[in-house]
Amino acid sequence: MTVGLEHYLVLSAALFSLGLLAVITKKNAVTVLMGIELILNAANINFVAFARFIDTDLDGQVFAIFVIVTAAASAAVALAIVLNLYEHLRSINLEEADSLAG
Amino acid sequence: MNLFDIIFYAFAAFTLASAALMVVSKNIIHSAVGLLFSLFGVAGIYVLLAADFLAVVQILVYVGGILILLLFGVMLTQRITSVDMRTGTLQLVPAILAVAGVFVILFRVISKTSWEIIPKSDFNPTAERIGHLLMKEFLIPFEIVSVFLLVALVGAAFIARKGT
Amino acid sequence: MITNAILILLLPLIAFVIQIFVGKRLPRKGDWLSTGAMFLAFFLAVPILIQAISTYDANFKITQSWEWINFGPVNVAFGIHIDNLTAIMLIVVTFISSLIHLYSIGYMQGDPRYSRYFAYLSIFSFSMLGLILVDGFFGIYIFWELVGLSSYLLIGFWFEKNSAANAAKKAFITNRIGDVAMFAGILIIFTTLGVFNFEEVFTGIADGKLSGGLLTAAGILIFMGAVGKSAQFPLHVWLPDAMEGPTPVSALIHAATMVAAGVYMVGRTFVIYTADALLVIAYIGTITAFMAATIAIVQKDIKRVLAYSTVSQLGFMMVGLGTGGYTAGLFHLTTHAFFKALLFLGSGSVIHAVHSQEMDDMGGLRKKMPITFWTFLIGTLAISGVPPLSGFWSKDLILASALEFGMLHPSHMVIFAVTLIAAGMTAFYMLRAVYLTFAGEPRDKEKFDHAHESPLVMTIPLCVLAVFAIGTIWWGWLEHLLAKPELSSFASRGSQIVETGGGHADVTHTAHNIAMFSSIAIAGLGILLSTLVYHWKKISAEAWGRRLKPIYTLLWNKYYFDEFYGATVIAGTLLISKISSLFDMKVIDGFVNGVARITVSFAFGNGRFDLKIVDGMVNLVGKIVTFFGAQLRMVQTGRVQNYILIALGAVVLVLIFQQF
Repeated sequence: MTVGLEHYLVLSAALFSLGLLAVITKKNAVTVLMGIELILNAANINFVAFARFIDTDLDGQVFAIFVIVTAAASAAVALAIVLNLYEHLRSINLEEADSLAG
Repeated sequence: MNLFDIIFYAFAAFTLASAALMVVSKNIIHSAVGLLFSLFGVAGIYVLLAADFLAVVQILVYVGGILILLLFGVMLTQRITSVDMRTGTLQLVPAILAVAGVFVILFRVISKTSWEIIPKSDFNPTAERIGHLLMKEFLIPFEIVSVFLLVALVGAAFIARKGT
Repeated sequence: MITNAILILLLPLIAFVIQIFVGKRLPRKGDWLSTGAMFLAFFLAVPILIQAISTYDANFKITQSWEWINFGPVNVAFGIHIDNLTAIMLIVVTFISSLIHLYSIGYMQGDPRYSRYFAYLSIFSFSMLGLILVDGFFGIYIFWELVGLSSYLLIGFWFEKNSAANAAKKAFITNRIGDVAMFAGILIIFTTLGVFNFEEVFTGIADGKLSGGLLTAAGILIFMGAVGKSAQFPLHVWLPDAMEGPTPVSALIHAATMVAAGVYMVGRTFVIYTADALLVIAYIGTITAFMAATIAIVQKDIKRVLAYSTVSQLGFMMVGLGTGGYTAGLFHLTTHAFFKALLFLGSGSVIHAVHSQEMDDMGGLRKKMPITFWTFLIGTLAISGVPPLSGFWSKDLILASALEFGMLHPSHMVIFAVTLIAAGMTAFYMLRAVYLTFAGEPRDKEKFDHAHESPLVMTIPLCVLAVFAIGTIWWGWLEHLLAKPELSSFASRGSQIVETGGGHADVTHTAHNIAMFSSIAIAGLGILLSTLVYHWKKISAEAWGRRLKPIYTLLWNKYYFDEFYGATVIAGTLLISKISSLFDMKVIDGFVNGVARITVSFAFGNGRFDLKIVDGMVNLVGKIVTFFGAQLRMVQTGRVQNYILIALGAVVLVLIFQQF
């Protein structure tokens, strides 16, 4: 069948799942950030696909631009935090960042 | 199955494979490379969705900016001299189950919903239109996002400062 | 007459009750109460005898019965039965008992328990009279035991003396052994015939309801009771020891009445004995008569001589009854009662004077105590069978009966022979006693000097009894009144039970003549020998004693009966009681202690268990809580990724439930 909206949405869902898996399972904080980026990308694909197939205008694409910008900002801030964490723990193994444990 | 579909499937596979590499790999550098390629793949998808401007922005910002940033983060926080750049996984099985559940739900939603599709078949350049939109309908978000970006960068620089 | 009988019974009983409780406070300590009651009883018994004699019928009887136990199959009546035998026995018992009461007033003077003595005399008289008057086996058993009890109390009257206490025990226990057998015999009768009453029992036997081996067994068992009570072989051992009691007691109980109870009972129940049972009776009588006579020859204590003499004479009576001489045996019972009582009271008089019972301390008392001497001599002659005293007649009758039996059944002639020899020995040893006590020179000067004739209260009974020793009753009357009862006369419907009686008139006559001559001869021989040895001192007793040392030793030790019983019966009983006591201590106590120990340890274990479980439960609850807490605490890992996972999982679940 020809590629329609569902395909792009499924692709985006798959990317989202993979990104989520990375966030949940990875020990390394940077890898977790990579996962977050993947999730954001998946969301972007969704926006663009909807802009193409459902919307008349390109609102979706504009929104995707905003997402990219936000992703950049969040990545910067997150990395700053990770660097701070590294200074405290001397490692970015998230298993060791459990001082809030009960 | 026309050429369009084949290209789509190729790019989709490429993206997913790279993403999978990123998730599965134990080496951070490998994960970073995987992310790199998946970002490229996503850019290709954008092209197929007639978002040419966005595809380029993606490559410029994501790959050229964010990914480099991540790599810097990796290098600053790992002892490069030590051989072990591996990372393990926590709670793998339950995570896989939960994630699979998420995917299944999304898949169902997607297939069950009846989308009101407005078919378009032309591939026009979008840069002009996006410019228009940014300056008219989305002016305020545009301005806010810029300020936001500035603030975030300043804040990040502040947080990452060594010392108190 | 029945009222008389009841009064005769009740008078001594009432005297006993009053005497035992308030006797000490009565004037003269109440001796007149018991004595008076007894004399009164005698006067009431006289009319009964007169009526019996005047009726002059062998089948004279007066009966009265009251229902006692009556439920379902058990129907025991209790009553009074008066016939010729009863009438005669009543006179004998009341009369002799009265005389002995009188005699005791003198003999027991100054005794610390004077009043109680008379109480015991009264209860004994009551028991004996009851025994005579009652009309059934059950009643006779009750009074039998009562007589035994009274004799125990009287023999052991001076219980401070160990020998007296032991003698009383010995008498009671030996009697008891005989009584057990008697009870078994009574039970046999009751279980087969269902009645206790004499008349009904005799009828039942006559009708053939109880016969053969079982009847013989019953008869022998009941006779065993008489063996015990009348001190026959082998239960004779108690009588000589019973001499520990006061002499009047010996006179009353062991001469005249209690020991006669056995003979009386055999006479009363005569018809139940089969020929085999009668044979047993005759042989036991023979053995007893002979054995006791031999022992009496060597005795040094005057009362012992008389005691063994009693045993021997009772043997004679049993011989008489066993060989079919019903009248003979019972006649001898009557005459013996009088002269034996006389002899005992006479010896009591001597003992009272000399303060000793050993003939070694006596001698030559003839001059000092003439009345005692003469009456004692009369008694001796009577018992030796010298005509025409009463003893001669009765002994002669017995020998005649034994001879007749022997002539009819030649294999049993030995009964006659041995009895004859025993009669001779009787004369010998009785006269020996007389010579050693009253004749010759006094052996103990000091005692001799103190001796004096006894007071009137004691000598009058002696004289009265002497009269009766000379002549008791015209035996022609007696033979008629005390005719041998035939079993067939009791048969209810004229059944075919045949009793071979009568028809031997010629044999009887021959036997009677031979017996008379032989008894006179043997008595004379005995008297002659005795005089030779002890009076004229022609033959030396000591020399013969040394020559026949082994025999002498055997006789002196009474055939070692006591030692034999001590080693067997008594030792056996003690062994059983020791084993029982050991069993009780070790096993039963051990068991109880074991139970206690088990209980304690169980309780202890229970406590520990309880403690552990209870504590365990409490601890368990705590541990569970801690465990779950620990488990739940792990949720808070502090790791963000875990939290994300949990949140994601929750969302997925919600969505799934929503979608599907």
